[in-house]
Amino acid sequence: MTEIDLTILFAGVVAGAAPIVMAALGETLTEKAGLINLSLDGSILLSAMAGFAAAYTTGSLVFGFMAGAMAGAMVAAVVGIFSIHLNRSQVAVGFVLTLMARDLAYFLGNPYARLHGPQVPSLPIPLLKEIPFFGPVFFNQSLPVYFSLLLIGFCWWYIYRTPAGLRLRAVGEHPKAAYARGIDPRRTQMLYTLAGGLLVGLAGATFSLSVKPGWGRPQGAEGTGWIALALVIFGGWDPIRAAAGAYLFAFLQVMGIYLQGWFPSVPAQVFQVAPFPLMIFTLLFMNLAQKERVVIWSEGRPWFRSMLKWLWGKAPTALGKPYAPE
Amino acid sequence: MIRNLAEILLSLMGVLLFTTLILLIAGAPPFAAYIHIFKGSLGSLNKLSHVLNAWIPLTLCSCGLLYTFRIGLWNIGVEGQVMMGAVFATAALRLGMGGEAPLFYLVLAFAAGIIGGGLWALLAGFLKTRGGVNEIFAGLGLNFVAQGIILWLIFGPWKRPGIASMSGTELFPINLWLPQFPGLRMSPVGLFLAIGAIAVTAMILRYTRIGLQLKAVGGNERAAFLLGLNPARNMLLAMIFAGGFAGLAGTLQVSGIYHRLIPAISSNYGYLALLVVMLSNYDIRIAPLVAFFFACLNVGSIQLPMMLQIDSSLSGVIQGILVLAVLGVQAWRARIKIGTQGVKGSPGGANP
Repeated sequence: MTEIDLTILFAGVVAGAAPIVMAALGETLTEKAGLINLSLDGSILLSAMAGFAAAYTTGSLVFGFMAGAMAGAMVAAVVGIFSIHLNRSQVAVGFVLTLMARDLAYFLGNPYARLHGPQVPSLPIPLLKEIPFFGPVFFNQSLPVYFSLLLIGFCWWYIYRTPAGLRLRAVGEHPKAAYARGIDPRRTQMLYTLAGGLLVGLAGATFSLSVKPGWGRPQGAEGTGWIALALVIFGGWDPIRAAAGAYLFAFLQVMGIYLQGWFPSVPAQVFQVAPFPLMIFTLLFMNLAQKERVVIWSEGRPWFRSMLKWLWGKAPTALGKPYAPE
Repeated sequence: MIRNLAEILLSLMGVLLFTTLILLIAGAPPFAAYIHIFKGSLGSLNKLSHVLNAWIPLTLCSCGLLYTFRIGLWNIGVEGQVMMGAVFATAALRLGMGGEAPLFYLVLAFAAGIIGGGLWALLAGFLKTRGGVNEIFAGLGLNFVAQGIILWLIFGPWKRPGIASMSGTELFPINLWLPQFPGLRMSPVGLFLAIGAIAVTAMILRYTRIGLQLKAVGGNERAAFLLGLNPARNMLLAMIFAGGFAGLAGTLQVSGIYHRLIPAISSNYGYLALLVVMLSNYDIRIAPLVAFFFACLNVGSIQLPMMLQIDSSLSGVIQGILVLAVLGVQAWRARIKIGTQGVKGSPGGANP
């Protein structure tokens, strides 16, 4: 049996979760404004390809991340235009783009497959990295990882503590009321769709330039977009809880590698699909926790109720409903 | 219907423009690529039989999806339903590998495949109606699970004697293959079933009580409930129909095309069928035509990597652009009509 070094394990979790955190936070922002960008799985792949291709061609990681962010924002823009301005079903457009962006990534990325390109170097923070355990886990990482950590706090602060965040939530909860208060719901929704897409694009570039370096068919990031979408629900549309979900997921992924070593008789494929039934069970539990009977049962049991509260989450009221100006 | 066709033609021009652009970006000669796709799909009788082999599962899945779309469900799980149909059918055919009564086991395989797909769809349906899990996430999760089950079977219990590999399980003896047209690798059984599915689906959706109920619940769940209809039961019914047709497609993939279980047994036909149905504007009369066009694109692009050194995923790009273009044209039409009536959205609003 392999020994687990907890420091290495958690450092791996924090690094591996970085792109998932970015994607889940980006989608949280978009959904807070009332729009669902279902194209995440394809967007991540397209931006991973764009990021790698740009970094490989120019030799600059900065250009790589910029290209990735642009690709993510472009896909999001298509979702935004079709659902906000052309009044088409968000789910339909998002689903088509999921498939199309993936195929476009495979098609355009073909010449870049299996090449050795630039990779994000690790950037330990002096002094802080000397702290036992926390040092190696949080402060001996690379720039995208630091970015993902800062982004969690920033998103929470932005959504709940700034006037702009208040407007964002107003549009997601009640676009007509927001309109009456002088906020343009369509513009706000478009803005946060683009911002969310930008973050999803950065997530993709983080995959191909850092977490799973390189491009190929398959790249290895396939399926992550769907996980990120589920994490937004799991997080109850709260950035900190969504990020917590991302770390939990990354932890399970890393544990899968250890488990595989411990149980060689179980085929590797079983561990690879494990996140998905888990996703279904999580959503199932969340729904059960909000059932009337369970809530009433918990009234007299504070310990149970406080646990239950963790599973409660309310979607923005106008989520998925198109806003039609009068 | 004429207007729908006109929309498709208009969109096609936009698609051609965009695809040409993509090909130029990739540094490939656009005209040569189109010629290769055309010749690779309709160039000979043999090629046409490959196209039909793709058309059959696409059409079956599209027929199934019409039931779920009619009630406003996004059955993304159709891909996994094809896979589970294939798994159940393989299980039945493996029983018949002894050699006795092949016809019995083939019929059993079809029954098993339909049940397998239907059960997998029912699972997603129950998660939706009882568990409150959105059908998109339930279906998608179950797709990955089904893929895991197939890989596990191929590398575990059903591995080939000797060494297990990605090439799939052991080939079935030839008496368990569906009969084929002489000289072509294609079965009349599949063709017959696909045409039958179109007829049956058109009948049920248009002329029966079930079709009306699905439409009523899909149109306004609350109103349907007040009229005494049970939305949950109708949703499960639609899911069973969708899963059954998908399972049938999976059975044909196993018994008529690959004659074994392979990892990519569903060949993405489920996901593609979702696009087919969207593109045909949820119309059973147009869906088979769109499915045929998609099948041509898929089969025609297979030789692109060899001929032009470009990836075969070009077909997926074209299909995606096509759906976007049609959505755009519909929006444009809706905008013209907006003066006289409200904007009509497509079915399947989002509510995770």
